[in-house]
Amino acid sequence: MIQNSPALIPLTLLATAISIPVLALKKEKFAFPIAVAASFFSVVLSFYNLARILDGARISYHFGGWIPPLGIEYVLDPLSAFIALVVNVVAFFVIWHSKGLQTAEVAEKPVPYYALTLLFLCGGNGIIITGDLFNLYVFIEIFSLAAYGLIGIGERKAPVAAFRYLIMGTVGASFYLIGVGFLYMVTGSLNMADVKAILPLIGRNPAVDVALTLMVAGIGIKMALFPLHGWLPDSYTYAPSTSSALIAPIGTKIGAYVIIRILFFVFGVSFVDKDFPIADFVAWLSAAGIIYGSVMAIAQKELKRMLAYSSVAQIGYIGLGIGMANPLGYIGAVLHILNHAFMKGSLFLVAANLRKKIGHSDIEKLDSTCLKRLPWTTAAFTVSALSMIGLPPTAGFFSKWYLALGAVDKGNWIFLAVIMASSLLNAVYFFRMLENLYLRSPKVRMSEETASPEGCDSAGAFVVPEGCYLTIPVVILSFSLLAIGLWNSAIVKGIILNIIPPGM
Amino acid sequence: MSDFILGHYTYWGVFILMLLGLYGMIFKNNLAKKLIGMTIFQVSIIMFYVASASKWSSTVPVLDPAIGAAEAARYISPLQHCLMLTAIVVGVATSGVAFSLAIVIYRHYKTLDEPLLIERMKAQP
Amino acid sequence: MTDPEIYRSLLPLYPIMASLIAALLIALSARHVWLREFWTLAASIAKFSFILLLLPGVLAGKVAGFTFWEISPGIALALKADSFGVFFALIASGLWILTSIYSIGYVRGLNEHKQTRYFASFAICLSATIGVAFSANLMTFVFFYEILTIATYPLVVHKETPAAIAAGRKYLIYTLTAGALLIAATAWTYRLTGTLDFKAGGILGGILLSPGAVLLLFALFIGGVGVKAAIMPLHSWLPAAMVAPTPVSALLHAVAVVKSGVFGIVRVVGFVFGPQLMRQYDLNLILAIFAGVTIILASLLAFRQDNLKHRLAYSTVGHLSYIVLGAALLSPASLIGSLLHIASHATMKITLFFCAGAIYVTHHKGKISELDGIGKAMPWTMGAFAIGAIGLAGVPPLNGFVSKWQLGMGALHSGSFVPLALLLLSGILNAGYFAPIVYRAFFKSPSEPFCMREASPALVIPLVATAFLSILWGICPDLFLHFYSLAAQVSGSILGVTGS
Repeated sequence: MIQNSPALIPLTLLATAISIPVLALKKEKFAFPIAVAASFFSVVLSFYNLARILDGARISYHFGGWIPPLGIEYVLDPLSAFIALVVNVVAFFVIWHSKGLQTAEVAEKPVPYYALTLLFLCGGNGIIITGDLFNLYVFIEIFSLAAYGLIGIGERKAPVAAFRYLIMGTVGASFYLIGVGFLYMVTGSLNMADVKAILPLIGRNPAVDVALTLMVAGIGIKMALFPLHGWLPDSYTYAPSTSSALIAPIGTKIGAYVIIRILFFVFGVSFVDKDFPIADFVAWLSAAGIIYGSVMAIAQKELKRMLAYSSVAQIGYIGLGIGMANPLGYIGAVLHILNHAFMKGSLFLVAANLRKKIGHSDIEKLDSTCLKRLPWTTAAFTVSALSMIGLPPTAGFFSKWYLALGAVDKGNWIFLAVIMASSLLNAVYFFRMLENLYLRSPKVRMSEETASPEGCDSAGAFVVPEGCYLTIPVVILSFSLLAIGLWNSAIVKGIILNIIPPGM
Repeated sequence: MSDFILGHYTYWGVFILMLLGLYGMIFKNNLAKKLIGMTIFQVSIIMFYVASASKWSSTVPVLDPAIGAAEAARYISPLQHCLMLTAIVVGVATSGVAFSLAIVIYRHYKTLDEPLLIERMKAQP
Repeated sequence: MTDPEIYRSLLPLYPIMASLIAALLIALSARHVWLREFWTLAASIAKFSFILLLLPGVLAGKVAGFTFWEISPGIALALKADSFGVFFALIASGLWILTSIYSIGYVRGLNEHKQTRYFASFAICLSATIGVAFSANLMTFVFFYEILTIATYPLVVHKETPAAIAAGRKYLIYTLTAGALLIAATAWTYRLTGTLDFKAGGILGGILLSPGAVLLLFALFIGGVGVKAAIMPLHSWLPAAMVAPTPVSALLHAVAVVKSGVFGIVRVVGFVFGPQLMRQYDLNLILAIFAGVTIILASLLAFRQDNLKHRLAYSTVGHLSYIVLGAALLSPASLIGSLLHIASHATMKITLFFCAGAIYVTHHKGKISELDGIGKAMPWTMGAFAIGAIGLAGVPPLNGFVSKWQLGMGALHSGSFVPLALLLLSGILNAGYFAPIVYRAFFKSPSEPFCMREASPALVIPLVATAFLSILWGICPDLFLHFYSLAAQVSGSILGVTGS
C-alpha cells in the first residue's frame, strides 16, 4: 500500500472514469455519486501522501516492476504531494457543487460529463506524480483532451473556443515532445532524476538549450503564460460553469507545476538562472502578463470573461515568482498556486451560482437583489475578492508579500512596482462588482416570490437540495482563504520550505 | 556547411514538414485545413523521433535469430519507436476530438470557414 | 531613560476583541434597534476600560506585550501597548464612547437606513484602530491599517448616493495605493534589516544604502502613511469623504483614521528611521517642507469652502500637518507638542463636527451661508462650536493652546524662524475662517427665522462634553489620562536620554 500510493490516485481516477459509462448506462443518476466518491477518495489519499512525505523523503513507484531509469516511475516528493492535494481538494468542491447546476447546464449528458471530469483529474494527477518525461507528455494529452471535451460541451460558442484551444494546446504539447526528443538524444534517458544527473556531465550543448526553450514554450501555452494565453478568455467564458470552475483553478496550475519541475528539478536552478537565463525571460513575460491581464479584466462587462483575464494576470504572479529563481519568490509562487486555486475556484463557482439563480452574470446588470437572493454567495465573493486584491488577513496578501520580498532580494524594482500596481488594478475591477452587489438599488422592486434566498424556503429554514450544493462548496472554498492567510506560516514552514529546489 | 545540410537531411525534411504543418494551422482559414496542418505537424514529430532512432547498417528491432540478442548495436533503437506508437495513438485521439468539435461547429453555424464563422458568431450568439 | 520592561499579557488583545465581538453581535441583532445600540455602547465602554487598565503600567515603564503567532517565517503578528500606543488608544476609544451616544442620536434623528451595517462597520473600524495603536511591528501595523481602510469603506458610502459611491471610489484609490506603497516599503525594510519591530530610535540605523535609495524608502513609507495623514498632495480624499454621515466624519475622519495616519508617520520617523538617520539624510527637512506647505495651503483652501463639513475637513488637513511638522522638527518640545496635538485636535475637531451634525439633523442645513442667526436657536451647540474654534486657533485656556505652545517652543529651537512663523500665521488663518461662522451665528439674523429648537440631548451632551474636555485639558493637560506624561515618555524614548 505504502509503496503503491503514488500510483493509486491516477489509476483510481482512470478506473472510475472508465467505469462511469458502464455503471451508469441504465441509471444516469449514478454518474454523480461515483464522481464525487472518486474525487473524495483522491482527496483523502492526497492528505495521506502529503503527511507521509513531509519530512522531505521521496517515495517511488516502479511501473511493472521495471527499475528506473529504464522503467517509468511515479515519484511522490513534497512538491508533487502538495500540488496534488491542492488540485484534488479544489476539484472535489467543484464536483460537489456541480450537482446543483446539473439540471441547468449538462442536463442531457451527466454520464459523459462526469467521465470526462474524472479523466481530466486523472490526467492532472498523472502529470503531477510522474517522474518520466514522456509519460508526462502522455498525461498532458489525456488532461488536455478531457479539457477540450469539457469546454466543448457548453453553449453555442463553446465548440469554437474548444477548437481553438485544441489547436493551440496540441502545438504546445508537440513543442514539449520535440523538446523531450532533443533531450533524449543528448542524454539518453527519459527519467527526470536521471536527466538531472546527466545534464551537468554534458556541459553546454545547443540541443539542450533548444530543448529547454521548446519545453518552456510548449508548457507555457498550457500555463497561459503571456503572450501564449490566447486560448484562455474564450475557453473559460463559453465553457459550462462547472467546467470553467474545474479548469480555471486547476489547469493552469498544473502547467505551472510542470514548469517548476522542468526548470528547477530537471535542468537545475543555476542552469536556468545563470547559464541560459530563461527564468529571467519567463519573469519578464509574466510581469507583462500581470499588467495585460489586469487591464483587460477592467475592460470586461461579463463576470466570467473578467475572471478569465484575471486568471492570466494571476498566472503572471506565479510565473514571476518562478522566474525570480530565489527562495522567497519561489515560496510566493507556490503559495500563490494554492491561493489562486482556491480563489478562482470560489469565484467561478460564484459566477455559476449567479447564472443559475439570476440567469446571467453581466456585471452591469447586477444589483443588490443578489445580496438578498444569494447572501452566502455574495459573502463568499466578497472574501475572495478581498483576497484577490491582497488585503490582510486573507491569503492573497501573503503571496504578494513573499513575491515582494523576492523582488526586493532580486533588486528588481520594476517587478515590485508591477506586483503593487496589480493589486490596485485588481481592486478596480473587483470593487466595481462589489459596488453593484452591495450599493446599487434594484430598478424594479422584487416581488416576494422571486425573493426567496438561496437554500432557504420562505420560512427561513434550511432546505437541503440545490441550496446546499450551490452554497456550501463556495463558502468553504472562499472562507478557507482566511484560514490559509492566517496560518500561512505553518504552510510555508511545514510544507513549502521542503519544496525549495536544491541550489536555490 | 554542406555536411551540416546534407549530413542531417532527415532532420531538415522533418523541419520542413513541421513548418508546413504550422503554416497550415496558422494561415489556412478552413478549420478542416487547420486540422490537416495539425496532423502534418504531429506526423513530423513522429518522423523526428524515428529518424533519431535509425542507424546505418542496422536492422529492425525485432529479434533476428541470425544475429541473436548479444549484439544489441546491430539493431536500431526501439525506444523511440515505442514512444511514437503512443504518440500516434495520442494523435488519433486528438484528431477524433477535433473532428467531433468541427462537426458540432458545423451543426451550429453551417460553416467551417473561420472569418465567416466569426461573423456568424457575432450575429447569432 | 531605562528601556521599558515588556511583560506578556492578554490585556492589549481585549480592546481589539471587544469591538470585534460587538460587531458580530450587532450583525446578529439586525432586527433589534435597542440591542444594536446597547452592544455599541457596551463595547465602547469595555474598550476604554481595558485600555485604562494598561495606563498605570505604562506610566511606570512596564509595557504589556502579546504575540498572536508567526504570520510569516520570522515575523510575528504581535501587540505591544507602549506609551505611544496607549496614548493613541485612549483618545480613540474614549472619544468612541461619546461618538456612540452621538451616533445613536444622529441615526435616530435622521432615521438612517442600513443601521446594522453602520454600527457593525464602526465597531470593526475601532477594533482596527486599536490594532494600529498597539502594533508591535510593521507587519501588524500594515495588517490593521489595511483592515481599517476596508472597514471604513461601508461607512463612507453609507448614503449610497452617486456622490457617496464616487467618494468611496476616490477614498479607496488613495488608501489602497498608499497600502501598496506601505507594503513595498515594509518588504524592503525587512530585507534590509531582518526585522520589522518598532524600536524607539529606529531600526534602519546601520544600513548601507545610497542617499537616493534612503530617500526612495522614506518616500515609500511617507506615501504609505501620508495618505491617511492627509499630507498634501495626498489629501483630496478627505474633503470627498465628508459625504459620509457626520459621526463617521467626526470620529473616523477627525480622530481614528487620520490620526492613524499621523500615528504612522511618527512611528516611521521615530521608531523605524530614527532621529539620527532622519537628520543624516535631511529627511526631516523634506517632511517639514511638505507639512509646512500643507498647513498654509489647507488653511487658505478652508476659506473658500461654503459647505461646513468641507471647511472642517480642510482645517483637519492643516492641523494634521501641525503634528507632522512637530515630528519632523525632532526636538523634545516639538515631539511633545505633536503628540499633545493629536489629543487636542481630536477633542476640538470632534466638537466642531458634532456641532455640524447637530445642525444638520435639527435644521437640515449644511452650508455656512445658511447659518446666520442659528446661535439663538442652538445656543449650546454654537457655544461648543465657539470653544472648539477658539481652541483650534490656539487661544488659551484650551488644550489647543497647550499643544501649540509646545510646538512653538520646538520650532524656536529648530534654528529657523519659518516653522514658528507658519504656526503663528496658521493660527491667524484658523481664526479667520472660524470666526465668521461664530459671529454670524450669534450676531446676525437669519433670512428665514429658525424654529427655536436645540438639538436632541443625545447630540448635545457629547459635544458639550468634548468642549468641556478641551477646556479641562487646556488648564491641566495631565489630568486623569496623563496625556502630558505619556507624550513626554514617547518623546524621551525617541530622542534618547539627552535628546537633542
